[in-house]
Amino acid sequence: MGYSGFKIIKEGLFGQKGWKPVWRNPEPKPEYDVIIIGGGGHGLSTAYYLAKEHGITNVAVLEKGYLGGGNIGRNTTIVRANYFLPGNSEFYSHSLKLWEGMEQDLNYNTMMSQRGVLNLFHSDGQRDEFVRRGNAMINQGDDAILLSSEGVREQVPFIDFENTRFPIYGGLLHKRGGTARHDAVAWGYARGADQRGVDLIQNCEVTAIDIESGVVKGVQTSRGPIRAKKVAIVVAGRSSQVAAMAGIRLPIESHVLQAFVSEGVKPLLNNVVSFGMGHFYISQSDKGGLVFGGDLDFYASYAARGNLPMAEHVMDAAMTLMPAIGKARVLRSWGGIMDMSPDGSPIIDKTDTDGLFLNCGWCYGGFKAVPASGFAYAHLIAKKMPHKTAAKFRLDRFATGQDLLDEEGTGSQHNLH
Amino acid sequence: MRLPCPLCGDRDRREFYYQGHALMLERPLRDAGDAAWDNYLHNRDNPAGETRDLWHHEAGCGAWIVVTRNTVTHEVLDAILVEKARV
Repeated sequence: MGYSGFKIIKEGLFGQKGWKPVWRNPEPKPEYDVIIIGGGGHGLSTAYYLAKEHGITNVAVLEKGYLGGGNIGRNTTIVRANYFLPGNSEFYSHSLKLWEGMEQDLNYNTMMSQRGVLNLFHSDGQRDEFVRRGNAMINQGDDAILLSSEGVREQVPFIDFENTRFPIYGGLLHKRGGTARHDAVAWGYARGADQRGVDLIQNCEVTAIDIESGVVKGVQTSRGPIRAKKVAIVVAGRSSQVAAMAGIRLPIESHVLQAFVSEGVKPLLNNVVSFGMGHFYISQSDKGGLVFGGDLDFYASYAARGNLPMAEHVMDAAMTLMPAIGKARVLRSWGGIMDMSPDGSPIIDKTDTDGLFLNCGWCYGGFKAVPASGFAYAHLIAKKMPHKTAAKFRLDRFATGQDLLDEEGTGSQHNLH
Repeated sequence: MRLPCPLCGDRDRREFYYQGHALMLERPLRDAGDAAWDNYLHNRDNPAGETRDLWHHEAGCGAWIVVTRNTVTHEVLDAILVEKARV
């Protein structure tokens, strides 16, 4: 069933009775060519691109809970390609291009809104750093515009320009960045994969990975054993537990990252605005709610909820940047479990077990990576060779110290990202 | 979250700096080899449940403590001084 404006009008006239479930709910088969563990954004996009780009459709996505119930349903929906380091830069650039074509490709409204991402700077030194980053983005083929303080005022008049400690010197505007409807991204990829024959199996927890003589043979699940020629792990915050089933100890620490949404207010913010000095960023949803967040709580956690200190810090930063929103009430806060790698960059790689693949370490940046991560992971699974946009996301870079992707320049060490 | 500093009693989490898993106390010997150092510096058990991690009471008494805590519930079970954890 394809979606179109005509279809919406037709269903409106006939009582909305013609809509059907968009994916099947199949029983697991005894054997697949590829099993993907994890039915989140990255897992579903991997399944989609395996089918679409490589014609591999005898695939099962095994999800412990429901599709898109993890971080794809818990993020702040920001899409951008403003990375600096070679390795990251081409990957996120590719991802943004896939975002731009996603709705047509999937025939699904993901509400992709290229409203612009505006990073503010507050000193001459920071301006120099942003000029350098902007040039790197332009060299990569993406867009960046350096705005003066006046230029920022035209974009976002409601922020405090006279802040004594962090005056607004200007900003780097990345116009092709923006937001997308996070759940719809998962559903769009799920539907696209299902239409191409992929089995999406929910409420199916993997309890063991079967390995014989260094070759993966399948998995044990809460719904029985399933054999497979290839098994691909992509489970974000739970990566350490699933990898441990294959005897792998990962360079990952799971942390909680909080996010917040206010009651709906009138249109106030056109862009995504980040206030780096306060570890704060904010955008306004189409419903009017202000969606904002800050930094990690900074202790290992699987609780999917945070503590008060970071919540207070985020509110402090919000009031520092935009005193105008001080009377808006916070409706909800929540937390996601971040698979933090030592250098803050992801891992898409083979493992020492033949046929077993690994995709993790997305830290707090997994949402914008959903299309390119699935694209590159599908390529790796199909061809056993990394895709050129993700060749540097190697698991062994921490052990060797070569080609670390320390985007923040703080050091390749846990607790610094 | 409040942490029970063995010297100061229950204190706000804000007074503590988080270092990471308590395996940081088990520093390998200089010639232990790359695998041992990789395990020490990067690889983690990352348990969903009970863990032991290292905190510094930097805005309090300055003690380094090993906290036993549950990463799923945020329940704090125990805290002892590093010098006692090392034996």
